Formats: sequence, C-alpha cells, structure tokens
Amino acid sequence: MKKLMSMIVAILAVVAGLALWSANLKKTQGATGGNTLNFANWGDYIDPALIKKFEKQTGYHVNQETFDSNEAMYTKIQQGGTSYDLTVPSEYMVEKMIKANMLIPLDKSRLTGLKNFGSLYMNRSFDPGNKYSLPYFWGTLGIIYNDQYVKRSEVEHWDDLWNKKWRGDIMLIDSARDILGFSLVSMGKSMNTTNPTTLQLAKTKLDALSPNVKAVVADEIKMYMAEGEAPLAVDWSGEAADMMWDNSHLHYVVPTEGSNLWFDNFVIPKTAKHLKAVYAFLNFMNDPKNAAQNADYVGYSTPNDAALRRLPKKVQNDKQFYPDQDVIRRSEVYKDLAPKTVGLYNDLFLEFKMFRK
Amino acid sequence: MKKSTTNAAFYVPYGLWLALFVVAPVLLIIYQSFFDISGHFTLSNYATYFQSGTYILMTINSVVYAFIITAVTLLISYPTAYLLHYAKHKQLWLLLIILPTWINLLLKAYAFIGIFSQDGGVNGFLAMFGIAPKQFLFTDFSFILVASYIEIPFMILPIFNGIEELDQGYVNASRDLGAKGWQTFTRVILPLTMSGVKAGVQAVFIPSLSLFMLTRLIGGNRVITLGTAIEEHFLVTMNWGMGSTIGVVLIIAMFLIMFLTGERKRKGGRA
Amino acid sequence: MKKWKWSNLYLIFVFILLYVPIFYLVGYSFSAGDSMSNFHGFTWQHYLDLFADTRMIQIVVDTLLLALLSSLIATIVGTMGALAIHRTSRPVIKNTVLSMNNILMVSPDVIIGASFLIFFTALKVPLGFLSVLLSHIAFSIPIVVLMVLPKLKEMRQSMLDAARDLGSTTTQVLTHIIMPFITPGILSGFFMAFTYSLDDFAVTFFVTGNGFQTLAVEIYARARQGISLEINALSGVMFIFALLLVIGYYFIQQGAQTRKAKHKGGETL
Repeated sequence: MKKLMSMIVAILAVVAGLALWSANLKKTQGATGGNTLNFANWGDYIDPALIKKFEKQTGYHVNQETFDSNEAMYTKIQQGGTSYDLTVPSEYMVEKMIKANMLIPLDKSRLTGLKNFGSLYMNRSFDPGNKYSLPYFWGTLGIIYNDQYVKRSEVEHWDDLWNKKWRGDIMLIDSARDILGFSLVSMGKSMNTTNPTTLQLAKTKLDALSPNVKAVVADEIKMYMAEGEAPLAVDWSGEAADMMWDNSHLHYVVPTEGSNLWFDNFVIPKTAKHLKAVYAFLNFMNDPKNAAQNADYVGYSTPNDAALRRLPKKVQNDKQFYPDQDVIRRSEVYKDLAPKTVGLYNDLFLEFKMFRK
Repeated sequence: MKKSTTNAAFYVPYGLWLALFVVAPVLLIIYQSFFDISGHFTLSNYATYFQSGTYILMTINSVVYAFIITAVTLLISYPTAYLLHYAKHKQLWLLLIILPTWINLLLKAYAFIGIFSQDGGVNGFLAMFGIAPKQFLFTDFSFILVASYIEIPFMILPIFNGIEELDQGYVNASRDLGAKGWQTFTRVILPLTMSGVKAGVQAVFIPSLSLFMLTRLIGGNRVITLGTAIEEHFLVTMNWGMGSTIGVVLIIAMFLIMFLTGERKRKGGRA
Repeated sequence: MKKWKWSNLYLIFVFILLYVPIFYLVGYSFSAGDSMSNFHGFTWQHYLDLFADTRMIQIVVDTLLLALLSSLIATIVGTMGALAIHRTSRPVIKNTVLSMNNILMVSPDVIIGASFLIFFTALKVPLGFLSVLLSHIAFSIPIVVLMVLPKLKEMRQSMLDAARDLGSTTTQVLTHIIMPFITPGILSGFFMAFTYSLDDFAVTFFVTGNGFQTLAVEIYARARQGISLEINALSGVMFIFALLLVIGYYFIQQGAQTRKAKHKGGETL
C-alpha cells in the first residue's frame, strides 16, 4: 500500500512538472486566446513559413488543427464544441455545408485580390457567385504511371486500365465516388449519376477490373508509388505531384474521356469568432506572392492566376497539372448527392472491395 | 453488513463510469441503429445486415481472420510467457515486451511497409540468396503477421500473470509422482494457467474483429473486416445508422464470447 | 543445461521479432534521405529538426501528461471496480457487470469516438484537454479491471479469513493483505492503460478540439505527405527514454528487493 501511495505521488509530481513545461511552451509559441485564428486544415496543406510570416505581419496567432476527411471535419463542426474560424472543405462538402446552413457568407467588401483568381475556378455550381467560398487549390483525377514499365500511349483512356497486361499492377485510391466515377466515365456516363441501374453496371464493370487491382489504399498510395511498389495508380493530381517529386519515373495523365475536377475551398463556419483575423488571413493568402510560395510548397494547382504567373515557367506549362481548358471543360465537378445515393455509391464500392479475391 | 457498505463505496466511481461511458453510449448506438441515412426511424439497417450477402460474408471474414490472428498470437505468446517465467530478470524482460507498444501503431505499420516492400528489407535479404523479389505487402501472410505482431504483448501479459500465479508445488508434485514433462504440462500447467489464456484470448480476439487501419495499410483493403465497414460508415458515408447496427452486432458477439468462456470456466472449476 | 539454451534461443527470437520494426524506424532516423527506403548516409539533421520544432515538443509533453494522468485515474477507478466485482457474489450481476466492462474493449475506436463526441456535446463539455482526458480514462478502465481481477481470484479466501480471525478490520485486511497481493496486477493495469492512451488515435481525433493535439493525431495528420524522418527521430528519442526509464526503474526496485530476503525464483531449472 505504501509502495502504491508513493508511486501515485511520484506520478502526480511528474504530471505537475509536465503541465508546467507545457504551459511554458504554450507561452513561447504566443498562444494567448484573444488574437487567435482557429484554422482547421488538412495535414501539411500550407507552408508553415507562411503562417510564421502572417503571425509576424499581423500579430495574430494561428491555431492550426488538422483533419483527414471532409466528413470528420463536418461531423465535428455540426456537433458543436469546436470553434473553428476557417476551414478548407472540398467542393461537394461546401455544397453540403451550405445546405445545412453551417457557413457564414463572405463579405466581399472586406476581401482583396479577388481579381487574381482565374475565371475557370470561380462561380462553380457548388457555390454560385462564390457567396461562401474561395478556391484554395484545385485538381483532377487521373492515372499515374511509372515510365519504367508503362508507356504513355498505353494509358490514354480509362478503358486501358482493364488491359489484361496490368494484372495485379494497379493501385486505387480508397474513395467510392472517384473509383465508381471513372468507371462511369469510361462508360460515357456522368460522374454524378444517380440512376441505380447505371451505378450497378459501373460496379459490374469494376468487378472485371478486380484482377488488375493490387490494393485499394488512401494517402499511403504516394509512398507506395514513389517506392515503385506498383506501376500504375488512380489518384488525384495533387497527390500525383507529391509522388513525382519523389520519383522522376512517375507521370500523370488525365484520360481523354474526361475526369473529375475538384476544388478545396476556404469557408467560414458559423462557429467563427475571429472574423477580423479570418479576413486578414484570406487577404494574406490571396496575395499572389504568398499564394505562389504556398503553391510551391504544397505542390497542388493554384486557382490564383496572378500567383501562377510567378511560378517557374516549367510549372506554368506543365499540362499534367495545368491542363488545357478543354480538358477542364470536359471534366465534371462533384455534386452533393442525396444521402441515399451517397449510400448506394458506398455500398457498391464496399461490394467491389469485397469481391476482390 | 460492513462488507456490503465498503463494496458499495467501491462501486460508486466505477458504477458512475459504467453508467456514463458504457451504458449511455451503448444506448446511443442502439438508438442510432434504428435510423436510416435520411434520418427516418426504420428496421432496414438490420434487414440489410442479415439479408445482403456482403455483410454476412464480411462477418465471416472478420471471424476467420480474428481466429487466425488469435491462434498465431497464442502460439507465439504462450511459450514466451512460460519461458519468461523461468528467466532471470523476468520483470525486466516483461517490461521490454510492453515497450514496443509505446511506439505509435501507424509508425510500426510504416516500418513494416518498408520491411515488406519490393525493395525492402526482406526482399533485400532474399536477394542475397539470388531469390527474385516477392510480393509480401497486401497478402494474407503480411496482414496476419503484422496484426499478430501488434497483439502479442497484449497476449503475453495476461498469460504471464497466470503462470506466475501457478504454484510451483503442483508442478513439482506432478513430477515427483512420475509424470513426464509433457504430461505435467497438459494435465497440470495448462489447466491451471487457463484463466490467463482466456484473458489473453479475450484481449486479442475481440479487438481483432474490428481492426481497421491495418486492413488498409498492410492488407491493401483485400481484407475487409467489420471494423473497416464501421469506420467507413462513420467517417465516409456518414451512415451512422448502419455503422451503429454493425456495432450492435459486435457488442452482441462480444457478449456471446464472454458467455461461452464463462461457461467453460465453471466446468473447469468442478473438474 | 541443454533445455536452458533452447528456451533462450526462442526468447531471443521473439525479442528480435518484436524489435525489428522499432530498430528499422530508429535506424532510418539517421538516414540523410527523406523516406524510409534506401539508406542515404548518416546524419543528425532529423534530430536537430526535432529539437527545433516547438510545436512537436509541446505535443509530446501534452501526450505524456495526458497518458500519465489518465492511466493513473483509470487505475484507481479500475482497481476499485475490480474489488467491487470480486466481492459481488451473485453470478448474474457479476457476469453482467463484466460484460459491460468489456464493451469498450470490443467497440471499434470509431464508434467509441463518435458516441463520446455526441455525449460530450450533449453535456456541453468543451472539446479539448478535458474531453480527451475523460475519454482516455474511460477506455482505459476496462483493461485495468481485467488485469486486476485475476490477481484477486488467485487470492485464497482462507488467508483473508485468517486475517479477520486475528482481529483485523476490513480496512486493515484491504490495505495490508489485499492491496499488496494485487499490486502486480495494478501495475500491469497501469502500464496497459498508459499504453492504450499513448496508442489511441481514433477516439482522441473525435473528441479533441480547441488546439489540443496528441502525438498520434499529429502523426496521422503529418503522414498525409508520407512520414518525415523527423518522426523517426522522435521515435528514437522516446524509445531510448522509455528504455532507460524501464531499466532504471527495474534496477532501483531490484536494489530495494535484494535488501529483503532473496529466495523466490529458481533461475536454473
């Protein structure tokens, strides 16, 4: 008993010591409360140097919290208990959040640098007139191939993935809408299909792809591809950029039939309390110089045309990440579908994953 | 009389915990399981679970994998715990067995990816003998190995505790009565350490039913367990009703397992 | 003598198996490259990066604090629970309580996390350190109970009766006989609770907020771009630290024990 008691005391002493240390560290980082910006962002999705610069320039402290899926972020905001001032959902989630009345409209009079954005990226169906959102990064869905094993001409079309040659060679991103989506596109259907029969057909077609599929994975796909674990993958352009950074044998193609066009966007949830800081931050990020630095760090495609012009020519002319306008026009933006349809997409995708043996 | 009052005092904090963090969430989950994705009251989630082949197949898969993982873990852990019991500095070794669990699961998974990948450690080792690179990742082998790896400390600890409690006198008596080593083991040691084994099996089998991170990272989603499905329903589909339904099934399965192991215990006691 | 050798060989094999991934992680923390494939030559750079990363250090400190505090409280509550369960004589109640005890152990983290989130928001508990602490205590209690209960079962009733016959009060029996006897179980319970807390990602992920972050959550977030070797360096530091702690603790205890009589054991068989 004595022994146990002395252990409890020892542990409490250590806890107290750690608490002091933690409080000290917090002070050195400048988190004081009033002048903060609570920013919910995807992991590693902003240049930390820019945050430091912003804090130095404006005196605000950025409190960054990370999430790893749109849905997790949505759940937390919807349940309350969080106090995010700013977050970065994808386009279909923006639509969903608008419908759920969870966002504060942007006050355009307090925003600068709006003219820097390319017209292709503004006024999209998920948020007409950009009432609630500003695009942060954008991209497409496509095929990544390793030129040691695959020739560019072999992956021009989505249907090329079904080639018997690629047995056990393809990695797929673990996302129901994207995988069923490309199956739909390969059949000439819309990525926003809601007809159950068509969806069933798309799933049956995917089952035939099954022998070619090596694995269905998430973020890890980048590491696997960079290390040459598989010659082919289906993933988003931003992720492709990361992989190609690590492995020069990798290339990215948007198949000619078209693809998905996605946007991650700044929005202000209703929980926001520091609007002044939010607008200061948005204006800071809209600044072409900062946006260019951020695009350079993150490696995704920026919707800020003025920023794009500041990036190296090699990046500007890279058709993989800044494709021709007609590719963009041919690509579809996801709509926020009815819960029942989303459920169907997911059920079919689950069945597809189960089917693989 | 006095005994019951102190007992009640012990039950207060624990009972409070049971009520707030077990009963309340379970009721919440049961309640949720009766709502479909559009928020209407329904029994359809249960109908889906038991009628669609997908979920039944998934359940069978989960049970089979959990069974294999538990068996592998037990096979490795029992001798380890047994030998540890007779080792010098056994408490130190035991702590050293728990230590690897303090390194984050994701990091260990990434290390295994490095070890098993095409140009990773194992294939590098094979290459020394002139064997061509083999596919290890995304196979049942690697999945079961990594899952067992994660669970081994959770199996060794209770078994070790069970063996520690074993009165050495019984073992010696059995030997003195002329029992062979193997007989002593099966007749005396194993039955007397069964409670530890049961605790270990419970600590490993049940969580193995609902593994999720590893099924994707190491299994490449070739293995879909109930845990994977629940994770998807909560985090991706936002179909909390269906996710909760699977959760309810898991809880019932757990009660069954507890009931079954409890039954055996009583018989063992009488024998 | 022969048998002794064989058994050692097996133990060594198990230890190698357990430590291979750890050494792999730590090994790459010295690689000049930026991923865990192909060693690129020796460097301390990742350690320098780590010590310059205030945010990371803050998170490590918070994580340890949370783990220690939550496992301490969980151990106290769990031990009381185990004592209560042990004294319950009616098998129906006992089994029901035990089954309820195990619910949190079988429930997938995602369900626990989601239901706790709903629960906390309903009770207006602010998300942050407090909500995470409560959750960690909650999911650590069952493992403590499971670790302590077998010890209680091993205890012989005759021993307690003897103590009572000699005039000990209930409290005396508890503090002088029961507690010392079950101390190993309590300690393993504490260690397991500590382990659970360090390891948890999903539950914390759901119930955290307002800037409070644990190491597991931070690692998952950073892993989006592939794990940077700074994290390997962190694993290296934590591993060495834990190792020293464990060995140090062991020898201090060992020293204390040699002063007492030394008879238990039987190293050679």
